[in-house]
Amino acid sequence: MLLIRCPYCEEERPELEFRNAGEAHIARSADIAGESDDDFEKFFFIRSNPKGIIYERWRHMHGCARFFNAVRDTVSDKFLMTYKAGEPKPAKLPGASK
Amino acid sequence: MSGALRIPGAGRLSQAKTARFSFDGQSYSGIEGDTLASALLANGVHLVGRSFKYHRPRGFLSAGAEEPNALVEIKRDAARKTPNVRATVQELYDGLAAQSQNRWPSLAFDVGAVNDIASPLFSAGFYYKTFMWPKAAWKSLYEPKIRAAAGLGVAPDQPDPDHYSARFAHCDVLVLGGGAAGIAAALAAAETGVRVILADEQAEFGGSLRFESGAKIDGQDGFAWAQAAIARLKALDNVRVLSRATAFGYYAQNFVALVERVSDHLQNPGRDLPRERLWQVRAKRVVLATGAIERHMVFADNDRPGIMLASAARTYLNHYGVAVGRNVGVYTANDSAYAAAIDLKKAGVDVAAIVDLRDNPTGPVIDEARALGIEINFGRAVISAGGKLRVTSMTVQPKNGGGERTIPVDAILMSAGWTPSVHLFSQSRGKVAFNDETKRFVPGTYAQDCVSVGACNGTDGLSATIDEAYAAGAKAAKDTGAKAARGTKPKVDASESWSRGMLGAAPGAGPDTTVKAFVDFQNDVTAKDIRQAVHEGMRSIEHVKRFTTNGMATDQGKTSNMHGLAIAAETLGKPIPQVGLTTFRAPYTPVTFGSIVGHARGPLFDPTRKTAIHPWAEAQGAVFEDVGQWKRAWYFPKGGEDMHAAVDRECVTVRKTAGLFDASTLGKIEVVGPDAAKFMELLYTNPWEKLEPGRCRYGIMLREDGFIYDDGVVGRLAPDRFHVTTTTGGAPRVMNHMEDYLQTEFPHLNVWLTSTTEQWAVIAVQGPKSRDIIAPLVEGIDMSDEALPHMSVREGRICGVPTRLFRMSFSGERGFEVNVPADYGQAVWEALWAEGQKHGATAYGTEAMHVLRAEKGYIIVGQDTDGTVTPNDAGLDWAVGKKKTDFVGIRGMARPDLVAKGRKQLVGLKTKDPKVVLEEGAQVVADPKQAVPMKMIGHVTSSYWSENCGRSIALALVAGGRDRMGETLYVPMPDGVIEVEVAGMVFFDEKGERLNG
Repeated sequence: MLLIRCPYCEEERPELEFRNAGEAHIARSADIAGESDDDFEKFFFIRSNPKGIIYERWRHMHGCARFFNAVRDTVSDKFLMTYKAGEPKPAKLPGASK
Repeated sequence: MSGALRIPGAGRLSQAKTARFSFDGQSYSGIEGDTLASALLANGVHLVGRSFKYHRPRGFLSAGAEEPNALVEIKRDAARKTPNVRATVQELYDGLAAQSQNRWPSLAFDVGAVNDIASPLFSAGFYYKTFMWPKAAWKSLYEPKIRAAAGLGVAPDQPDPDHYSARFAHCDVLVLGGGAAGIAAALAAAETGVRVILADEQAEFGGSLRFESGAKIDGQDGFAWAQAAIARLKALDNVRVLSRATAFGYYAQNFVALVERVSDHLQNPGRDLPRERLWQVRAKRVVLATGAIERHMVFADNDRPGIMLASAARTYLNHYGVAVGRNVGVYTANDSAYAAAIDLKKAGVDVAAIVDLRDNPTGPVIDEARALGIEINFGRAVISAGGKLRVTSMTVQPKNGGGERTIPVDAILMSAGWTPSVHLFSQSRGKVAFNDETKRFVPGTYAQDCVSVGACNGTDGLSATIDEAYAAGAKAAKDTGAKAARGTKPKVDASESWSRGMLGAAPGAGPDTTVKAFVDFQNDVTAKDIRQAVHEGMRSIEHVKRFTTNGMATDQGKTSNMHGLAIAAETLGKPIPQVGLTTFRAPYTPVTFGSIVGHARGPLFDPTRKTAIHPWAEAQGAVFEDVGQWKRAWYFPKGGEDMHAAVDRECVTVRKTAGLFDASTLGKIEVVGPDAAKFMELLYTNPWEKLEPGRCRYGIMLREDGFIYDDGVVGRLAPDRFHVTTTTGGAPRVMNHMEDYLQTEFPHLNVWLTSTTEQWAVIAVQGPKSRDIIAPLVEGIDMSDEALPHMSVREGRICGVPTRLFRMSFSGERGFEVNVPADYGQAVWEALWAEGQKHGATAYGTEAMHVLRAEKGYIIVGQDTDGTVTPNDAGLDWAVGKKKTDFVGIRGMARPDLVAKGRKQLVGLKTKDPKVVLEEGAQVVADPKQAVPMKMIGHVTSSYWSENCGRSIALALVAGGRDRMGETLYVPMPDGVIEVEVAGMVFFDEKGERLNG
């Protein structure tokens, strides 16, 4: 069972308390009704599904209930870091393999 | 006396009490502290099982967890039968009853042994080849027969009456293995004051000190030192000592799972003790002190009962006081077997000969054996063993060939060397490295915060082991922030040490032979099988493993992996590291399902949710149905009514007078804040800004893709406060959906969301008399149609308690939903019920509720919709705010496919024969005469008998459904085609006049 650091609780807590919520940094357009079919497809359907570093959303469901972002290596399953929702993608990753 | 082979003065059990036990119905006596294995051996019993494939007689190979052969069934009672218990691990208790397995009719005469004679048919991979044709025979003949013949032991056929507990634990240093190394590491860590857990799989700590008679530490016999050290550790507040606890899985971030066998060793465990306890430990540092396992020699018929590991024979003698034979032979490729010969000789057992594969080894143990007058043969091999149910002789030959000599023996003690137990290290994703000099895989690259010490790290000798372990324990503690240790390192005064040994097949079992020289006892894999796998094209050791099953089954190759690998490497002509080691996976030893499941079974498997009104419904004899975790009253049968009659009566009574319905399970979310209306605008398709406080609206929630996600009636209590209801099953995901958007997409909105599902009990009162029932109990709310019209909400009091009174209807009748704090739910229900009785009202359940709503064409999300239905498909376009510029799903709804013609639309279906009730899920076709497979144009989503309509009614999703009004369609069923007519969705009171009726 993984330990995940909640950036709001500022604590590492067991995986059981969290729920994955899909890929992060996919912004919903402020004018979503006016989006083209292609743009909507990219927004809603297309995900990167990388082998390696993924930026994804998690929710501390059975804790503070906040959504936050995490950087995880899908090969090693290691969490490299977590940060609050709304914060930009980190420029540098601690201990990234590639 | 507990067995003829118990040596007076030997072993450590002399103070203990006699324990009687039985094996295959025969009574024996042993001593408390024995294992089943030591007690049987004390009684001269070696034959305890039949092998998996060839049904060969088998005895004890080991004295520990690595045992591949001695698997028995322990039976406490009809429900407490445990198959495949290792007799070498099972502790004896008075009254223990054990049975041998995999034999019929008896252990000594087993019909299945014909497989041994027919063994050429069952060589490696035989089941991949033999049963290939005729193809049809696999399912009907081969598979059932193989399944019946396969497997060891019989699973119990009754529910497990025992209970199992689970604990989470955290520590700074977790030490796995309680031999000399583990104890030294635990002492060093514990003395710094950090939190330490020390665990060992055995009942007693000490590991190999159980048999190493030559070890002296701090002036004491090694085993006595271990017990004293454990007593010291147990006395420390910062240390937890777990015996009978096997670390079976090492997972990410130093998360280790252990199973503690709490009561399998007790005669009468009592109901308050769990059978086993699962420990889930998170440690900052882990010290692996898992020791090493001795390997057997691979020679012809090396599986005869009486042939065992040298260290096992030593354990039986030095710990249990049992001689494994009266005249033993020794076959070895390293020094450690000499110690066994010496100990047995000193105990008065005849040692017929030591056969040593090495040419001219020297050393103190060899000198000592010679001094005791034991015959030693260097450069020779045991090429076969005589006997069937028990070994009777060993045949010796110079290792490069020459004259044979047969020596009578009743046991053979063997040692090919020691294999470091890197199982847990490997599970931690560490990479092992092959030491070419010592021919061992040892821990190489670490992946987690752990360290290996002692024999599992390839460290030889007690002194070096304790030095290494003590330093590692201190460092592990320091790494977690501890100060320096205050204690002193244990001092080794005397020790044993032994050198390497050999891997692979011994002489006489080489490539040119066809003898049965077993590599893996549990799976009946011989050296020949491994070679055959390579000859048939297996190159990777993982393929060799799967083709031969070497290293599989319950012992997971603890004794066989290295031999198998060496033989494969030799046959491939490659060095061992290039062939590679198979992956070690959890569990290290078999783990019961019970310990993994723990308390999560029966009623504790999943929570059962009951409403405040549940006890009333139960007392009325309601039949309940499961809706998610909820128990909901399904119908209330009266005087012998069946479901059909009860539901008909409930439906008719609601429309004629009134009915009470427990709607408490509806999801409820309080949406509060200055931006509450803005938030509602974004999350629902409907407009909310202009909804006046005190009014309600039916809301539809979409996902971003434009499909219906949930629905429910929403009441606006104040400009900044909405009482939102959701479907019963949808409450948690709707809450999650709302929180997601509020936190991540619309964080600028000042809104709070609170789940209030369990705070409000909800009593629906529906029917023409509903107002008459409620009004006498209500204070502070004007109940007139003018003051409280359909789709409005008021706060006031009912029966003296606060209420949110909704005027709304899910039946099409004048209706109300009375929300009261859940604690008052049953009291208010009973008061309303008493009023209702005056008018002849009924209580109704979920089935009648479904029928009533279907009569009105009200949909149920999840039944009439399936995640691919848009508001337009469901005929709910009117609920989508046309002037809105944004809400979740607004763009998805406009996707080309979602606005295309011919989509499935929700319509009513009327069977031509009104008595016929369609099946929900039945497919709809336009032409019943077409060839199968027919083109399906839709399916029935809801279907009921409607007593109020006097006919069956149904809703269905049908392609282009709204353009097919009046069209005849067909529902093909196994016993004929049903004709239906497409109709509107409303079957009763089409004009909706009864809402105010």
